[in-house]
Amino acid sequence: MSDILQSLIDIVGERSVSNAPEELWFYSRDPGVLAPHKPDYVVAPKTTEEVQKIVQLANREKVPVVPMGNGMSLAGLVIPLKGGIVLDMKRMNKILEVNAMARYVVVEGGTSQGALKSYLQKNHPTLRHSIPDAPATTTIAANVSLHGQGRLTNQYGFNSDMVTGLEVVLPTGEICLIGSPSIGPYWISKGPTLPDLSGLFLGWLGCTGIITKVGLKLYPNKKIRDAELFVTDRVDLIPHILYKLTHLEMLEDINVWFQPKPLMFLGNYHITIFFTGDTEEEIEFKRKMVWDCLQEYMDSKDGGFMSMQYMKPMLLEMPGRNIADFADVPKGGGFEYSGPIAPIEHFPQYAAKVVELAAKYNVLYASTARLISGGHSMMYSISFAFNRNDKAMMERVEQALTEATAFALDMGGIPWKPNFKEQQMTLAKMEPNARKLLLMIKKNLDPQGIMNPGNWEVNS
Amino acid sequence: MYQLKFDQKVCASCRSADCLLKCQYMTFSGHKEAHGEMMKIMKGKDSRVLSECMTCYACEEYCTRGNHPFYLISEKREEKGMFTAPRPITNQWINMTVMQGKCLVGNVKDKALSCCYIPDLGPLGSGEIFKDVADAGVFGAEFMCPAVHTHFARMSVIKERLPIVIDNYRKLGVKEVICLHDECYGTLTSIASAYGMEVPFQPVYYLDYVLQRMKELKDKIKPLNITVAYQRSCSNRLIPDKHALVKKIFTLIGVKAPKRTYQDENALCCAEILRSISGYKLADDVQKRNIDDMLAAGAEYCVFNCPACQTSLAEKVSKRGLKPLHIIDLCKMAIGEKEREAAS
Ligand SMILES: Cc1cc2nc3c(=O)[nH]c(=O)nc-3n(C[C@H](O)[C@H](O)[C@H](O)COP(=O)(O)OP(=O)(O)OC[C@H]3O[C@@H](n4cnc5c(N)ncnc54)[C@H](O)[C@@H]3O)c2cc1C
Ligand code: SF4
Ligand code: SF4
Repeated sequence: MSDILQSLIDIVGERSVSNAPEELWFYSRDPGVLAPHKPDYVVAPKTTEEVQKIVQLANREKVPVVPMGNGMSLAGLVIPLKGGIVLDMKRMNKILEVNAMARYVVVEGGTSQGALKSYLQKNHPTLRHSIPDAPATTTIAANVSLHGQGRLTNQYGFNSDMVTGLEVVLPTGEICLIGSPSIGPYWISKGPTLPDLSGLFLGWLGCTGIITKVGLKLYPNKKIRDAELFVTDRVDLIPHILYKLTHLEMLEDINVWFQPKPLMFLGNYHITIFFTGDTEEEIEFKRKMVWDCLQEYMDSKDGGFMSMQYMKPMLLEMPGRNIADFADVPKGGGFEYSGPIAPIEHFPQYAAKVVELAAKYNVLYASTARLISGGHSMMYSISFAFNRNDKAMMERVEQALTEATAFALDMGGIPWKPNFKEQQMTLAKMEPNARKLLLMIKKNLDPQGIMNPGNWEVNS
Repeated sequence: MYQLKFDQKVCASCRSADCLLKCQYMTFSGHKEAHGEMMKIMKGKDSRVLSECMTCYACEEYCTRGNHPFYLISEKREEKGMFTAPRPITNQWINMTVMQGKCLVGNVKDKALSCCYIPDLGPLGSGEIFKDVADAGVFGAEFMCPAVHTHFARMSVIKERLPIVIDNYRKLGVKEVICLHDECYGTLTSIASAYGMEVPFQPVYYLDYVLQRMKELKDKIKPLNITVAYQRSCSNRLIPDKHALVKKIFTLIGVKAPKRTYQDENALCCAEILRSISGYKLADDVQKRNIDDMLAAGAEYCVFNCPACQTSLAEKVSKRGLKPLHIIDLCKMAIGEKEREAAS
């Protein structure tokens, strides 16, 4: 038995370490199109101290460490590109504190979205968090590590904007509190009014440390949720429609989507408009505001509201499952998306690009955009489905996604959860001094280069 | 291409112009104006009716002289490139109902039980009432009455698809098609005949079938002794002679349907199509007046003929204390096949 394996067993116990081939097979891949790469060990720590010891060991031995939540980013972000230890965080799943009055929660670094949702439903029914449409088993710490977005992103920004403090194990093994918890007992601010150190970890895809605790803002959970579905066949109108809707300043979430199948969706752009209320009156008031604000498009016959009684339960699901259903349209259950952050005025160009790429690479597309911060920007997902048993199709999807990222960068967009190749494309486009700053930060925090190597790798 | 049979002479000499004078969504100063508008439509001229008609189908009933004013309005709208509902909604309906070979066909012999393209109809066409035909169900776009496109003034879609639907039934070799969807029967009778389409089988209206079966099951009927309001569907205007069946069934199963302001000729539609066409204001107003009227009549149940009306109104009537129920389920309740309080 190798020294490293034994040391890992000493830290977490035998049941929580493995280098068995079937485990390594499983941990070498994610559901996206990138090629797998095997780790040497898989470890599932239970406490911050165990994480600390593992990182200290990895530092000593110069072994890569890849923190992993549920491995569902689809962009290969937990594929151990250089082998080493995959640190499966899922056993660190405790909900540590809810401060109902200050509306925040503190969770461990492997707590899943689903666990928090059901905990709040049961214990704090008037509170909620911003749930992404990712499977319920995905984790909160990972989501903020990649600047995820959720149901409340239109109102309150990226999910990472909702962080209220962090506990992090640095790549050199120190345990570090970030934000208000570094000063006192309250997890009320990730940075302000201090220098905001949370930026050293949020969006870094696990390359600068391991998040072992996250404080997260909670928001009012209104009693009723409802939705309307507006459709238009004029893509040029979409930015204006979104502008009008966001002007209302009262909507929970806004998603724009289009797809060629099933046929009922062909040729139209769909805008799902979510809103909430504590009473029927509040809901009806909001519904009327939404309809009134788009009446001019009905009058011109360019757009209208779909009657969607039978679709409503599906649309109101949290997380939404329809995205995953799309993965199985070509059979074989795969899908991956590139999700650049872009200004909403570029919606028509992005929409045209999706269709162009799907035709060029002969793959099936679906596209969903989620508004961020009241229309300040949008996450524009360019999704392609594929059959996992069809290598050639997967290669075509990979090429299409790379081209989508190149397009987004040309348009001035920022790639979201880029894979390692897209990170390099982004770095190449980045202003040199900004790139230098990234390098300085990475080198200082992770002198041995052990944290999720291959990602956010700045060479010079 | 099929042509609408519309007798211009009959209209020209019409002394009532009831088609438009009775319209619930437009007002006319009198016969002269209403008749004048109809003449304009007939001659292909512009008429305010073409932009104001809400497609409630009712003038098909109001005209008692054998003409088809609503089909004509729809024809003329399409000729002029007009849209009733927004263009994307219109096209969505066209795309959604394309035949893709995904239909379901049961054990069909002489008779088929048509479930149109409405999943809710399958479960309704079951139990003792339908025991002889329940396994002969057909479902899918291939068997769907395309009448819905009249709402969107796309008669060309009907002219293209209805002959195919009729042929699909013919290919099954059936003698009778029992239509569980009111609109299917209206399409296979009223629309098909208005366009001179031959129907090589006998369309059977489901309430005729249900009434007959309920008579046969008379011994099992326990009078319900409830008070209901009946929600008449738009498509029922295409087959006004079948409207009386509802009362006959109610009488047979001990259901009271007290007089209402909005009943029979004056019935209000479910209003969902109005929402698509003109927005929520008119639709909300119609639905509110309708439900107020149901409650004022002392109804406990709101009884539907069409599952689409049920989908659009069920939640709204429930919130106001009425139990929504399809008329077939009401009959099932009367013979003890369905729990009384399980109305949903
Ligand atoms: C059907 C579907 C729908 C989706 N919809 C959304 C959506 O609406 N919004 C959205 O934001 N995303 C969405 N996603 C993408 C993704 O699943 C989510 O972002 C999810 O939060 C990722 O969580 P995970 O636990 O699977 O992360 P993983 O893939 O395990 O990890 C993601 C990144 O975080 C790092 N990481 C993990 N844990 C830690 C830690 N404790 N400390 C530091 N770094 C860590 C990893 O190294 C990796 O770089 C969707 C995915 C799918 C499959
Ligand atoms: S459609 Fe009928 S009611 Fe109307 S004018 Fe013609 S004949 Fe008279
Ligand atoms: S269909 Fe209805 S709204 Fe249109 S003209 Fe006839 S009665 Fe009036």
